[in-house]
Amino acid sequence: MIIYGVALLAACLVAGLYIGELLGQLLGVQANVGGVGIAMVLLVLASGSERLQSLVTGPSGEGIKFWSAMYIPIVVAMAASQNVVAAVDGGLLALIVGVLAVVVSFALVPLISRIGPQSEPLPPLEDPGASSVKRGV
Amino acid sequence: METLSEVLRANGLIVAFTVVGITVWLSYVVSNRLTHGRIHGSAIAILLGLVAAYFAGLETEGRRGVADIGVLAGIGIMGGGMMRDFGIVSTAFGVHLSELRRAGVVGIISIFAGVIVSFVIGAVVAVLFGYSDAESITTIGAGAVTYIVGPVTGTAIGASSDVIALSVAAGVVKSILVMIGTPMVARQIGLNNPQSAMVFGGLMGTTSGVAGGLAATDPRLVPYGAMTATFYTGIGCLLGPSILYFIVRAFV
Repeated sequence: MIIYGVALLAACLVAGLYIGELLGQLLGVQANVGGVGIAMVLLVLASGSERLQSLVTGPSGEGIKFWSAMYIPIVVAMAASQNVVAAVDGGLLALIVGVLAVVVSFALVPLISRIGPQSEPLPPLEDPGASSVKRGV
Repeated sequence: METLSEVLRANGLIVAFTVVGITVWLSYVVSNRLTHGRIHGSAIAILLGLVAAYFAGLETEGRRGVADIGVLAGIGIMGGGMMRDFGIVSTAFGVHLSELRRAGVVGIISIFAGVIVSFVIGAVVAVLFGYSDAESITTIGAGAVTYIVGPVTGTAIGASSDVIALSVAAGVVKSILVMIGTPMVARQIGLNNPQSAMVFGGLMGTTSGVAGGLAATDPRLVPYGAMTATFYTGIGCLLGPSILYFIVRAFV
């Protein structure tokens, strides 16, 4: 049943957010500390567990894959509900701070990535969206 | 017309699915026809979303982009924190624990490096713009971390409300630039494997920015970047009003 997968995903998020909230309180911070990250770890652990296989394979797994495929549309909706006007109106100071922070952080990515064991580049991307448009046209 | 508007308003989330679906379709057509696939369809869709949010913000004077337009309020639900987090967690399906463990230490280093570097940049620019009190400098520095860390820090240490607003603006600029800029620089910064994606998430930290930027670069990298990014704001809120504030106070 598709709902089993969706329920597992939802349970992981709720549990993760709760732990993140508790962590925040523990550290005396007014923020959720890593709730989503913890939820992701829970989902990875659940999908690797023997006992929960029935919740992550077959139709149940489709329930999780559906949301994972909905991710980009959700991000598009997220982009459309940002306060872009505030960013543009923030003036020169906000602009300079934002630009510098991003540029310097970008530059640090290859430097810090060199620390520790390296992982392999992912194989080239097959773009399902692009190919379906090509087929459609 | 009135009836249509009523139907649209009463079914916000469903309208959002329709509108976003059309936007994504249009973006992939543009990506293929005009750029021959060089600019990823999702990057164009995200950019369209931001442009729409800008004009909607000008029109409504609201803070939630197109979600402040009555008939499009559902976009705010679809793109809100709840659905975003649900979507992000779902992308972890199929991720291997070994990859996460391998990049774990580097991921943690990148979170602290990211918070501190962004903070220092924000603080230095604030000083260059003539701010001389520790509260304002710290708050603007915290805004460069993320647009959540800015106001949390500012409120905690008692900064003025215009400085807090400024810190939010700096954070929003950062978040939007990460969304737009990531696909452009991905190749140069080696953003093509799980490890660099985790470092990227830790350095950038803005969950929305990382989520959008990686989605437009290669959706398979999203779970790795999002994993570290979700710890960033928490660490920022931890360091901002405490250690970082004390350090700034020692300097001014």
